[in-house]
Amino acid sequence: MSDIIASLKDLVVRGKKNEAAVEVKRALDAGCDPGAIMKDGLVSAMSVVGQKYSSGEYFLPQMMIAARAMTTALEILKPHLAGPAAEQKKEKAVIGTVSGDFHDIGKNIVKMMLESAGYEVVDLGVDVSAESFVEAVRRESPRFVLMSALITLTMESMRRTVAALEEAGVRSNVKIGIGGAPVTHKFAAEIGADFYTEDAYGCVETCKRLAA
Amino acid sequence: MTLPQADESAPAGGMLIVAERINASRRAIRGALEAMDAGAIQREATAQAAAGAHYIDVNAGTFPGREAELLCWLVDVVQAATPLPLCLDCPDPAALAAALPRVKAPRPIINSINLEDDRFDRVLPLVRDFGAKVVALAQGQGVPPTTADGKADLAARLVERLVAAGVPLDDIYVDPLVFPVGVDPRSALATIDAIGEIMHRFPGVHTICGLTNVSHGLPARALVNRTFLVAAMGRGMDAAIIDPTDAHLMAAMRAAQAVLGRDEYCMAFIEEFMAGRVAA
Repeated sequence: MSDIIASLKDLVVRGKKNEAAVEVKRALDAGCDPGAIMKDGLVSAMSVVGQKYSSGEYFLPQMMIAARAMTTALEILKPHLAGPAAEQKKEKAVIGTVSGDFHDIGKNIVKMMLESAGYEVVDLGVDVSAESFVEAVRRESPRFVLMSALITLTMESMRRTVAALEEAGVRSNVKIGIGGAPVTHKFAAEIGADFYTEDAYGCVETCKRLAA
Repeated sequence: MTLPQADESAPAGGMLIVAERINASRRAIRGALEAMDAGAIQREATAQAAAGAHYIDVNAGTFPGREAELLCWLVDVVQAATPLPLCLDCPDPAALAAALPRVKAPRPIINSINLEDDRFDRVLPLVRDFGAKVVALAQGQGVPPTTADGKADLAARLVERLVAAGVPLDDIYVDPLVFPVGVDPRSALATIDAIGEIMHRFPGVHTICGLTNVSHGLPARALVNRTFLVAAMGRGMDAAIIDPTDAHLMAAMRAAQAVLGRDEYCMAFIEEFMAGRVAA
């Protein structure tokens, strides 16, 4: 049975969507535990993919196609995931590209990698106002607020969002992480964010560390 | 043997090369800006001028709140090193207004204007007052369009507004925006198709792209960039924001000029070759 799961993992790592769909059905038919398929097949595959991307061995399209294979397999697996494993409380993150900015590639990579690592991610999309972040924090009570900006002008929106969270009295409930090409450690410290990471993998690792 | 006459309908002149290396999103430039290291900036300027740049792009944007100050500094520093005209790469009208009076060489390029109301209204007077050429981004208030039709329609609205405001077509460089082909396999073709459509709809207008985004996340980026450049030139693109110190890129561009009938009897290509500047 573990052979099938290992093969599923390999197919996801290589981004083979159709074959992964067949393999996950085969694993279920063979009586594999759905929780084990999830953990040792899918989550573990995306962790490998994340590391390969972070180290430069994998290029962006390879990661995207792997995530697509995982999503396809997960859709088939989901109805079988029940009981304590499925209800286990996940860490939650609210993520978005800040006001005035429409770049979503980096934000989507972080989202993809956090979800693969077992986080629940609430994606607010692009051009997200400070008010929308505040509202989402009130509604979702996340552990993390993650913001992306790709242009200098919109870095100011990050500052305003941190200030708005402060004003709304919810700042201390969350850890704030920021990222994007023009963003730096220095800027994160300056605006009172909790952390900056250079890439998506670093963001996932930092969230894990802070959640521990 | 009679030589055929040059085709009058062929685009006159060569590609306009806007040199992209002085950009704060590059780590080395960010460092030079932080340290106000004029020498480092000037070495980039002279290297790009020597490599065949027509304009030097200057981008100071990665230090929030200091964009105007640093853009002015870049303008002064680059002008002290080269007489080439400048392309002021900055989305902030206030920073542009501060830097433009310091520009010495005539006809700078303002990079850029778009259809966002505030930006359009504030950048337009600068284009007119300083006799500048302008990069017109196919971008409005919301999420930028990803299809060829969406890009061309937005570009058309912007061109029409600029022309109505008195900006000559010849001064407008439409940028239909380039997105990573590794994220959306249709994105590069959408840009290339939009270039063809814009050049067809507005004879006399120019099209320009910053190429490097096309290869984001891919291996062998320089190869992907120059392949995109040649494909876009094939549909009429006549300006590019590129790194002229990339010899392979420049060689591909010069060969494409010859192949596309923009280089009479391939004379410019041959001259570049004789000067040792064409890496086969």
